Amino acid sequence: MKKLSVRRRHPLAAFVVLIFALAATGGLYAALAPAGEAKADASETSIAIEEGQKLYAVGCASCHGAGGQGSSDGPTLVGVGAAAVDFQVSTGRMPMQQPGPQAPTKPNIYSEEEIAQLAAYIASLGPGPGVPEASAYDPSEGNAAHGGELFRTNCSQCHNFTGQGGALTHGKYAPNLHDVDPKHIYQAMLTGPQAMPSFPDAVLPPEQKRDIIAWLTAVNTSESPSPGGFGLGGFGPVAEGLFAWTFGIGLLVAVAVWVAAHTAKARKS
Amino acid sequence: MSSQIESHDDVNDGKTPVRTGDADGLPETREHDPFADPGLPAHKPRIQDLDERAAKRSERVVTLLFTVSMLATVGFILSYALIPIDAITYIWPFGNVSPLNFSLGMTLGLALFCIGAGAVHWSRTLMSDEESAQERHPIEATPAVKAAVMEDFRKGTEESGIGFGRRKMIRNSMFGALALVPLSGIVLLRDLGPSPEGGAPLRRTMWEEGTLIINENTGQPLRPEDMVVGSLVQAMPEGLDLHDHHFHEEIAKAAVMLVRLEPEDIKDQQSADWGHEGILCYSKICTHIGCPATLYEQQTHHALCPCHQSTFDLSDGARVLFGPAGHALPQLRITVNEDGYLAAMGDFEEPPGPSFWERG
Amino acid sequence: MSTTTNPPKRETRSGAPAGEKVADWADGRLGVYTVAKSNMRKIFPDHWSFLLGEICLYAFVILLLTGVYLTLFFVPSMAEIEYEGSYIPMQGVLMSEAYASTLNISFDVRGGLLMREIHHWSALLFVVGIFFHMMRVFFTGAFRKPREINWLFGFALLVLAILTGLTGYSLPDDLLSGVGIRFMEGAILSVPVVGTWLQMLVFGGEFPGSLIIPRFFVAHVLLLPGLMLGLLVAHLLLVVYHKHTHFAGPGRTNDNVVGMPLFPVYMAKAGGFFFLVFGVIAMIAATTSINPVWVLGPYRPDQISTNAQPDWYLGFSEGLVRMMPGWEMVIPGGYTLNLGLLVPLIVFPLVFAVIALYPFFEGWVTKDKREHHIAERPRNAPTRTAVGVAWLSWYFVALVAGGNDIWAIHFDLSINAITWWTRISFFVLPVIVFIITRRICLGLQRRDREKVLHGRETGIIKRLPHGEFIEVHEPLSAEKRYALTAHDQPRPAELGPSVDENGVPRKVGPLERLRVRINRGYYGPSGQIPKPTAEEYREITSGHGHH
Repeated sequence: MKKLSVRRRHPLAAFVVLIFALAATGGLYAALAPAGEAKADASETSIAIEEGQKLYAVGCASCHGAGGQGSSDGPTLVGVGAAAVDFQVSTGRMPMQQPGPQAPTKPNIYSEEEIAQLAAYIASLGPGPGVPEASAYDPSEGNAAHGGELFRTNCSQCHNFTGQGGALTHGKYAPNLHDVDPKHIYQAMLTGPQAMPSFPDAVLPPEQKRDIIAWLTAVNTSESPSPGGFGLGGFGPVAEGLFAWTFGIGLLVAVAVWVAAHTAKARKS
Repeated sequence: MSSQIESHDDVNDGKTPVRTGDADGLPETREHDPFADPGLPAHKPRIQDLDERAAKRSERVVTLLFTVSMLATVGFILSYALIPIDAITYIWPFGNVSPLNFSLGMTLGLALFCIGAGAVHWSRTLMSDEESAQERHPIEATPAVKAAVMEDFRKGTEESGIGFGRRKMIRNSMFGALALVPLSGIVLLRDLGPSPEGGAPLRRTMWEEGTLIINENTGQPLRPEDMVVGSLVQAMPEGLDLHDHHFHEEIAKAAVMLVRLEPEDIKDQQSADWGHEGILCYSKICTHIGCPATLYEQQTHHALCPCHQSTFDLSDGARVLFGPAGHALPQLRITVNEDGYLAAMGDFEEPPGPSFWERG
Repeated sequence: MSTTTNPPKRETRSGAPAGEKVADWADGRLGVYTVAKSNMRKIFPDHWSFLLGEICLYAFVILLLTGVYLTLFFVPSMAEIEYEGSYIPMQGVLMSEAYASTLNISFDVRGGLLMREIHHWSALLFVVGIFFHMMRVFFTGAFRKPREINWLFGFALLVLAILTGLTGYSLPDDLLSGVGIRFMEGAILSVPVVGTWLQMLVFGGEFPGSLIIPRFFVAHVLLLPGLMLGLLVAHLLLVVYHKHTHFAGPGRTNDNVVGMPLFPVYMAKAGGFFFLVFGVIAMIAATTSINPVWVLGPYRPDQISTNAQPDWYLGFSEGLVRMMPGWEMVIPGGYTLNLGLLVPLIVFPLVFAVIALYPFFEGWVTKDKREHHIAERPRNAPTRTAVGVAWLSWYFVALVAGGNDIWAIHFDLSINAITWWTRISFFVLPVIVFIITRRICLGLQRRDREKVLHGRETGIIKRLPHGEFIEVHEPLSAEKRYALTAHDQPRPAELGPSVDENGVPRKVGPLERLRVRINRGYYGPSGQIPKPTAEEYREITSGHGHH
């Protein structure tokens, strides 16, 4: 006990503690973070090829196989349709940068034309859902109230009441739908990317998909109203509780300190 | 620096330790004891106590605060009357908020805050800040008081006969009556609800042999070809309508989800047999506390419950993989009827939803 | 009683000011002068942490005021109607009248939304305030004799506040709160033997039925607040009766209370503080949204959203449930025990009982029968402080578990890994925290001792004639010296000799042995750093000679 207290006063003690703390934090993060993120994939860099198949051969074939038949690193693309390609590539999810629990969105590196070429190539491998018409996902034509009911039946279990996103097992997640292009929402429902199940038209008709988009437009875009004030991310009681424990009680305690503090005394002249 | 306890002159035998400093601060020991209580320090004046101009300044600040409060209340009334309730305005940095809510809250908050700030500033700068001491008195009664009370009590019990042999029957019957009378109140609670009949209502649902499986989105019965591999359908039994009086009670037990897997991905043979061409129908009511466990990951075939993260493997008879759920989600046996629609082959074999005592 | 016609003296003072006449009138009926005499100049000590309880009191008053307003519009009914109010994204949706009327309050009653938000923020801050207030009382030992009963009153208020919060959270009948009621149903069902009976009685039939909201409403607006009001009055009366504790300092002893008088200073300060608290909460409500029920949708048992959590004060129990493994067993006779729910439901009150009963535990360990009116500095009671902080870490782990999905998505972590971390930490972290906190307290005690003996480090470095550098230490003032040494340092208990004075072996029960061991942990060499004695002080000060 005595020894430690002596060393505690050493000028380097603070640094040692800091390094321990940083190492512990890093170690904790490494332990808790989902595994399998480190390996970089070289296939993402090369671009600029005109035809879909050539694009595919360069950008996609290493995981999905030369003919789209799939491999241990990626599922088959036969029959996924143009809609899936358009969704995955234009949101930047594909090509995947590195293996991990889930492909995140990132800036898209393909032009619209290139994506169309890729989509055409994949669609030629087997029949699948096509890229939807713009009117299919126009939120102004949908019924937000009905969309809300459908959203709560089919979507909110993973994406939260207003599509703020939520956690799934082992580091997977349902992404936040804030300001996501209605086209991509439509395509995601249609094709069921990654962990998400699909909702084909026979199960969720096109006009219902549009209603869902209308609901999301009403509640989760930059323009959506939050009448009660700052929305705290829309995460519900956890965010509200954190706010109460920090800002709320913090402000009240600050006021209490002022009320109880002694008034400054006059300096002796 | 010594780390062992020494015998201190200010600490006696451990069982009844005595405080230092203020303990019998005899004047002669105070000189010897460097830790003696120096007593309440002399009051030092504030600038407002000495300088009348400073006091005036404080007075003006207090008045100003009370005036701001009055103005804010006027602002509140004006906001109430003038701002439409359905307006939405962007207010930095809060977002697209209701200007009515914002201005009502801010004016009310300001009106209240300024009253408080005025009162506190007044008390802090203009009221006396001289501290004074008030004696505490021991809470325990003196032995004389205690003796008197005991005597009174003794007298009382004697007069009533409650504690002595003479009126034992009265006393005992009174206790009996007092003990019994609350029973009426407890008995009255019986009709708060019906008997659980050993859990019977918790076991049966609306599913029967031949009940069509209705897609909740379309309200139509489901055909196997409607579902592609990887799709998820939320469904309910035929004959249940949102407007029904007992919709909530029925759906709370009968709600199901259907998923379609590649038949070779299904690990549990019975589960595969109970489905139809890879279409499996599970109760979606979590067996832990009853949330819908419908966070279905189509690649891993895991269904997660958002309430407490119980994870079920739908490819393996909805076995529990993680979390606090104690048993698998019950599977509904389905088939295709002569019209080509999916239909139940009977009710769940075991009760859906959270466990209960009589579940077995 | 005599009925003389002689008018009493007081009523003849026709020349007195009007206010005095009113007071005279009241005194004749209520005895206000006698009450005022003992209370008007009652002294209250000044310290910001003594205002934490007032935050709770004022939050409660705000809750009553806004709550009454909300009842004017809220319809506690589960009858299903089609919404026709002005919030477009819900129009035509089938919902209960409770939910519809909550939307009505939010969108069709001017100021209704503000009242809802003030009410809900006050509720959250009420319980946060209770926590802070209890921490203050706990860590300063202000629960010791004679205040143990008031600690229990306060604890009961915490429990009631949580129950009132739970019932209030459930009233709007939205998809989030409905899940909370579903949780309650599952919890009730997991009770052995009588679970199904209780469930049927509470819900008036099968879940959800149409009675639970009206029943909760009565509990929320009448039963629970009524109980709380009664307890609150008792709590405050005891505070007045015991007189407030204060920190040791020059002139502040165990036998007095030093501060400002109730009238006028504390009336202005405490009265003003009410308005300040109300003002701050109103401004929080103006700017920060809470529970936007209109986007949550009406409750349906087959629907759910992720982020399904209770309000924070039940996050602890939520966390306990989330970290449980999936245990369930069928006991002989064919009865099921849902341990995945039952265990957390038993642990939850036990963890709370630890903190509720701690004063009695400490009283037993120390066998201290004196009255304590000095608020101790936490460092001077290392073991108690360590127990408190360890408890908080326990609570914290469960809170983390209660929000595991939120942390998972915001910090890119695996929900399973977080759950495992909380499962382990629940047992390990409190122990580590206990050890660390105790050491920190002892370190601080050691620093106090140094300060008293050697004075304050001024940061001024002086070079002595022979070349040595020393830091100039400034001796402490007598006031400071007193404040740093005024605390108790009880001696550790001892088992005593094994034979009495007649040589007969004394019997020491195992309970007493345990008590002595714990007591030695509190007050033994490892439990406190001896404060400087007068001799030590004199030796050092005279040795240096330059003071």
